Amino acid sequence: MSFLNYLISGISLGSVYAIIALGYTMVYGIAKMLNFAHGDVIMVGAYTVFIATASAGLPTIPAIILSMIVCTALGMAIEKVAYRPLRNAASPLAVLITAIGVSYLLQNLALLIFGSNTKSFTSAVNFPAIKLAGGQLNITGETSVTILACVLIMIGLTLFINKTKPGQAMLAVSEDKGAAQLMGINVNGTIALTFAIGSALAAIAGVLLCSAYPSLTPYTGSMPGIKAFVAAVFGGIGSVPGAMIGGILLGIIEIFGKAYISSQMADAIVFAVLIVVLLVKPTGLMGKKIQEKV
Amino acid sequence: MAMLEIKDLEVYYGMIHAIKGVSFEVNEGEVIALIGANGAGKTTILHTITGLLAAKSGSVTFEGENITKIPAHKIVSLGMAHVPEGRRVFAELSVYQNLKMGAYTRSDKNEIESTLSMVYKRFPRLEERKNQMAGTLSGGEQQMLAMGRALMSHPKIILMDEPSMGLSPILVNEIFDIIRSVNETGTTVLLVEQNAKKALAIANRAYVLETGKIVTSGNADILMNDNAIKKAYLGE
Repeated sequence: MSFLNYLISGISLGSVYAIIALGYTMVYGIAKMLNFAHGDVIMVGAYTVFIATASAGLPTIPAIILSMIVCTALGMAIEKVAYRPLRNAASPLAVLITAIGVSYLLQNLALLIFGSNTKSFTSAVNFPAIKLAGGQLNITGETSVTILACVLIMIGLTLFINKTKPGQAMLAVSEDKGAAQLMGINVNGTIALTFAIGSALAAIAGVLLCSAYPSLTPYTGSMPGIKAFVAAVFGGIGSVPGAMIGGILLGIIEIFGKAYISSQMADAIVFAVLIVVLLVKPTGLMGKKIQEKV
Repeated sequence: MAMLEIKDLEVYYGMIHAIKGVSFEVNEGEVIALIGANGAGKTTILHTITGLLAAKSGSVTFEGENITKIPAHKIVSLGMAHVPEGRRVFAELSVYQNLKMGAYTRSDKNEIESTLSMVYKRFPRLEERKNQMAGTLSGGEQQMLAMGRALMSHPKIILMDEPSMGLSPILVNEIFDIIRSVNETGTTVLLVEQNAKKALAIANRAYVLETGKIVTSGNADILMNDNAIKKAYLGE
């Protein structure tokens, strides 16, 4: 029974990674850049909910919506101010280094505003735990809501990309920006929209993460951000289903690693698995074959 | 008044002076060929017209409107489509999705459907392969898809960049027949080609480009019999 418990909490943690990884993978697929500040947007989202509920007394749902709005605006602002001017820079490293800089900027701003004390985050989930098999299998409300949110986001995003015009524009821009422009697609607008969606998802991930692991510091987003990046690479960066599968597998591996091998070694196991996957399949599990056709 | 008028166009690639004061015009209903060797600046001119590149000076006027500074994504809805060099179809999308992408700026579903059936009629092979990924098509089929995708915007003028590149002689003939028939159904054509012989055969007029400047221009049938042109571009 403990195996099933571990599996479920692995899927739940993995769902959070998957939601964050979607932001990484969509931005990579469309803007061809790694947004290393993505993890810190999660932290901003969590702080927004924390302040809105604890200090401003807002109910949970409006607080989450507010947090999504704040993160969307933040993500679009970062894209416009920090990344867009560098889009045609001679070296792709310029924007990568800028992203790392933005990440530190956000962490230090949070440190300045909220201080370094750990805030204890009140769970945003108000959903009863499910007890099965005579109480041996215990699924917390946070777990159910996280998994449900991940599934809904995945379905919504897939429909959005395949059925709407802005979604089709994303596909076109991810393949060929010049040809997309010739079709009448506003490339800058499409990239901004991608950042907006990724950042709104980061806000949701922040709330879910802090509801399950209720300690909030300016560095809260950093490690999940890196792990979600690993998940995105693991699944095949640029692939939406890949981010989902990569995220969930990573969560399961991490929890199993903690439970059966060593809780100190869990992160090392996660990264070791990544290395093995990349050695065997360099483009990740769902990654596209790189073909050169002249 | 010319439909498309290019005046004193100067374009730089960084330090390289690629286009050095080019002027020409395209009248409604014409097929105009822009011929010249590799590196003469033909593609650069097309990219500047549709806004993918910025001009240093000079102007591009389309139907009386100065479009020099209009961003690339706003050009197609004015009625100008561009079939880029190397086709640049969306390889990971199906033939059908590619064609729908060509109608991105149009909103009337019925009109899009009727354009689509017209494109399928012109390119029956695209209809046969509508669910296939564009990247799996042959070079000739990809060229047809790129042309069909451009036609999906229902353009008044279509800019074609090296449509014959890398195709077998039979396919080249087929592509040129299609260009002629697209023109006959009312679409103006600005054609960039290295295959000068084929281009002159279907063009009304032509401009010959050498290292960023127009060196000769005139009626296509006259240029075709010009000894200097024959020697330099027609391999005679």
